[in-house]
Amino acid sequence: MSNPSDSTATIDALVRSEYQHGFVTDIEMDRIPPGLSEDVIRTISAKKNEPEFMLEWRLKAYRKWREMPLPNWAQLNIAPIDFEAITYYAAPKSMADGPKSLDEVDPELLRTYEKLGIPLHEQQMLAGVAVDAVFDSVSVATTFKKSLQEAGVIFCPISEAIQEYPELVQKYLGSVVPQGDNFYAALNSAVFSDGSFVYIPEGVRCPLELSTYFRINAANTGQFERTLIIADKRSHVSYLEGCTAPQRDENQLHAAVVELVALDDAEIKYSTVQNWYPGDEEGRGGIYNFVTKRGACLGARSKISWTQVETGSAITWKYPSVILRGDHSIGEFYSVALTKHRQQADTGTKMIHLGANTKSSIISKGISAGRSQNSYRGLVRMSPRAQNARNFTQCDSLLIGHQCGAHTFPYIESRQPSAVVEHEASTSRISEEQLFYLQSRGIDPEQAVAMIVNGFCKEVFDQLPMEFAVEAQKLLEISLEGSVG
Amino acid sequence: MLNIENLRAAIEGKEILQGLDLHIRPGEVHAIMGPNGSGKSTLTRVLSGDPRYQVTGGGVDFLGANLLEQAPEQRARNGLFLSYQYPVAIPGVSNIQFLKAAVNAQREAQNLPPMDALQMLERTREGIKRVSLDESFMQRPVNEGFSGGEKKRNELLQMLLLEPRLCVLDEADSGLDIDALKVVGEVVNGMREANRSFLLITHYRRLLDHIAPDHVHILTAGKIIASGGMELAEQLERSGYRGLAA
Repeated sequence: MSNPSDSTATIDALVRSEYQHGFVTDIEMDRIPPGLSEDVIRTISAKKNEPEFMLEWRLKAYRKWREMPLPNWAQLNIAPIDFEAITYYAAPKSMADGPKSLDEVDPELLRTYEKLGIPLHEQQMLAGVAVDAVFDSVSVATTFKKSLQEAGVIFCPISEAIQEYPELVQKYLGSVVPQGDNFYAALNSAVFSDGSFVYIPEGVRCPLELSTYFRINAANTGQFERTLIIADKRSHVSYLEGCTAPQRDENQLHAAVVELVALDDAEIKYSTVQNWYPGDEEGRGGIYNFVTKRGACLGARSKISWTQVETGSAITWKYPSVILRGDHSIGEFYSVALTKHRQQADTGTKMIHLGANTKSSIISKGISAGRSQNSYRGLVRMSPRAQNARNFTQCDSLLIGHQCGAHTFPYIESRQPSAVVEHEASTSRISEEQLFYLQSRGIDPEQAVAMIVNGFCKEVFDQLPMEFAVEAQKLLEISLEGSVG
Repeated sequence: MLNIENLRAAIEGKEILQGLDLHIRPGEVHAIMGPNGSGKSTLTRVLSGDPRYQVTGGGVDFLGANLLEQAPEQRARNGLFLSYQYPVAIPGVSNIQFLKAAVNAQREAQNLPPMDALQMLERTREGIKRVSLDESFMQRPVNEGFSGGEKKRNELLQMLLLEPRLCVLDEADSGLDIDALKVVGEVVNGMREANRSFLLITHYRRLLDHIAPDHVHILTAGKIIASGGMELAEQLERSGYRGLAA
């Protein structure tokens, strides 16, 4: 006799859920023909009215990129990418003259953001989140500009910063992720079209959570945004980015670069909720997310903390890292990566300890379902100068079903005998015993799995700003939701 | 309330229950005693719908419906409750969050709105007092790092909040000190009413000194071999299972 509920089948069925942000916005686009050349870069730079130094900087990156081979060391299976078939600049046409205020922004665009749950108008009223929204390649609107200005905080599209704060841009752009750092960083340096720029002056505690929403809308477009955040001495900032994309059968490339700079006693908290379109059950479509994120704790006692919740993208290749240069500086990495269907994620962090008494902690939670592959890759390096440096790493993997994979690749390099490196790792399956226990209290299997997974991720969710922790939990629940067998 | 007819059940191809009959009427307290491996825990698992057990014959009727056709969560919503011998831990999920989900799942099945947060908090506080835990257990992750006794009290707390029609307690007394045993007795006795029945699984008579059962059954080798009142438990204590079988 068969039982009314077979929990293995239940778990398998749970991971089949629909992507909720898969709509396409129909707006007229200003785009240049596909393909990449020095001329294309000149065109992008000219469209953005950039000063000469910026064009030179881009061209230098392009020349480096042309010489670089595609990286293939990650635990990823990537179909060949035709870099000549990608459009490197696409902008909503109505932006060509630049909106002077929100009223001038294409209403269709604003509706897109409303669908995404970020009504810009309302955001201004609500509990103090300043949003810079990047749609394909350009920043659409930055809310809350005034209240930030009063505090002396600069929060604007990077294209604007290049015009208005060229000395800051020139000093710090590429200082953490140099143009030739890696293949995708070089490509980004050559063609990046927009992104956010943040400068927090000495001694200022940023009065708002800063936030950017990225969306890839146009087909066959690569999105190459560039973010630069500088926290001057004794300043403090918390920054959140969220990402979505429409549902398309072809793959789209996203190759962003994020650079963080923290001076003496400064603190930067950078949180990401990434929900790019992951592709369908058979692995068709989805975003290729090849991102370089790195922070430099330049100053003594500075602190950089990365928190990421990654549920989207067909392929994720991403290692938010911290270079701990200042003595007593602190680096943190908290990550939840959920993969399902045929998603592949190779993500982790690098903690490079250069200064004495530097500390880093890494908490990584990988959840794999369907036929997905989820890898943690982390490097902890203790340099000869890093006396009494400490690292603690905890890597937990949770498997849902029997066709997925979880892998852990920890690299530890220590050249300082007084440094201490601790690594803990675990792999477990959602136990049928846990699932049954919750079911036998009346909780349906779908909610039970969501509860167990959310419990598994709690240490990371606790790091997110309150309202985003709720969002992240919901996102996990939606991602796990599906028909119950 | 519960009618079990000639129930047969197996795990991994091995038949454990070999034709078990049991009839529990509303308001009754039944106790099943039996040696290790006789099928006591299997019976509780089959009743609550553990997918690892296969029912190979017979039938179970609970409140007028075929119990075996129902998913585990359905059985719970209909008023069946199992207090586990070894409840599993759910890391990262707070006890109050878990209790709320369970209570509201049941309310939803009864077309009631979710219980409001204040009432939930109040009822949980009250329950926690009755099972002699302290309030920190609301925020602690479910069963994680709980002692054996705390786990059992936490099961009782769930039972209090869910107000089931049939409470099945699998060795609720094992590993408990005298005070904890008293708590089990008080909670069960406090919940006894005309519309609620209990099935106690135990090795020892001492639990039955705290909760007077209406019926006592002896289970060996997957079958009930003797039924009676308290005198059966007393006889068992004098002569052991072997004496009864003879």
